[in-house]
Amino acid sequence: MTNFPGIRQRSGYLFLAVAVGHIVLISAQVNTRSGVPVLQTVVFGALAEVQRATSGAVRVARGGWDGYVHLSRVQADNERLQQEVADLRVQLQLARAEAGRTAEMRTLLDLRGRLTVPTRAAEIIGSSATTDFKTLTIDRGTDDGVRTDMAVVSPAGAVGRIVMPTRRAAKVQLLIDRSAAVAVVLERSRAQGVAFGNGDAALRLEYLPSSADVAEGDTLTTSGIDGIYPPGFLVGRVDRIERAGGVVKSISVAPSVTFANLEAVLVVLAQPSPAVQEASR
Amino acid sequence: MKALRLVLTIAVALVLQTTLARFLVRGSGGVDLALVAVTYLGLTLGPTAGIFSGTIAGLAQDSLGGGIVGVGGLAKTVVGFLAGIVGSTFIVSQTLPRFVVFFGATLLQVGITTGLYFLLDPQPPIVGRYAVLAESLANALLGVVLFQVSEGIPGILDRRRGVSRGRVR
Repeated sequence: MTNFPGIRQRSGYLFLAVAVGHIVLISAQVNTRSGVPVLQTVVFGALAEVQRATSGAVRVARGGWDGYVHLSRVQADNERLQQEVADLRVQLQLARAEAGRTAEMRTLLDLRGRLTVPTRAAEIIGSSATTDFKTLTIDRGTDDGVRTDMAVVSPAGAVGRIVMPTRRAAKVQLLIDRSAAVAVVLERSRAQGVAFGNGDAALRLEYLPSSADVAEGDTLTTSGIDGIYPPGFLVGRVDRIERAGGVVKSISVAPSVTFANLEAVLVVLAQPSPAVQEASR
Repeated sequence: MKALRLVLTIAVALVLQTTLARFLVRGSGGVDLALVAVTYLGLTLGPTAGIFSGTIAGLAQDSLGGGIVGVGGLAKTVVGFLAGIVGSTFIVSQTLPRFVVFFGATLLQVGITTGLYFLLDPQPPIVGRYAVLAESLANALLGVVLFQVSEGIPGILDRRRGVSRGRVR
């Protein structure tokens, strides 16, 4: 008890030192103009490996847990028949899971066949560690030809772009991230605009010409003029239009991709336009 | 032992956050298991542990999340430190005070991160009041449950030991 003020003073000094350290760290990043900080790349690379291992372990544990639950359910009945039923059930589950996965892969392969640009299939091994940013981690990196600003797509539509590739993994910024934007065209009226992420579940459509013909339910696809996303990929559907005095005030777009359910994606291996590469530098 | 407990708690929170949290909570809101862990460690182990756990968890989240590395670290360090001060100054052993601490910790973190991003980022985050409220409630509930579980385990183990000793005799 006698040491209490001393301990508190020591932790106060420690707190000040750590807070100053954080502020220096933040300042260093804000002042730099060289793109992604080295520290972030190194730490992300290391943590992506942890995510990869964890993702694998979780999958194994989930499989093991499911198997255990199914086996313990059938132990009350006749042992031999019960074992048989359990085995069949497990096999059925596996077959169903495999069929589901095959169907998903087939749609991905169908999409790959339709694309005129080279792509690389990737599995999602982790999600963002904070709710402030909407990102995913995929199991492909620079060793597989993945580079910054490459587009990431799925059969449901555009997913996002690569923001930080490491050797064996890459971070994907989703379209719904508050820093994300994609050039779009309205399929019905061919009016062009830009869809921005809000950081929540919806996108907002801006930079439409004032005379543009837009209605709720209109479908948006990528226009390709941003130099990142190939043209023709579904982005979403106009969900809500707010007007004030006859003038469009804001347009909310529901994304076509359900980001929480994504398991596999395609990385478009085409290099982004030189202007985009210059800007990301 | 203290350091091991700290590192393990943070590691488990981050692993659960990056693998399971997105399946459990849908929509714009969410839970911040790392924040719950930092606040818990601050309350139980004191301000120094709060500072270290906040720094580790915050920097790891920043690196995985995609924002400016250090913003979340600073926010969680402040939260961990203050939780430690609260835990060592007041008796926080009832459910309601604990709930209030976890709830306040979430609001404080959101306040610090949002404030810093408004200062540093040309595109600061849009913070929904209801999303923050939902996250604060979820974190506070999880924090209270975490305390109940961590305090209940030793009792259960003691009872089991007692039963097994009784059988031997």
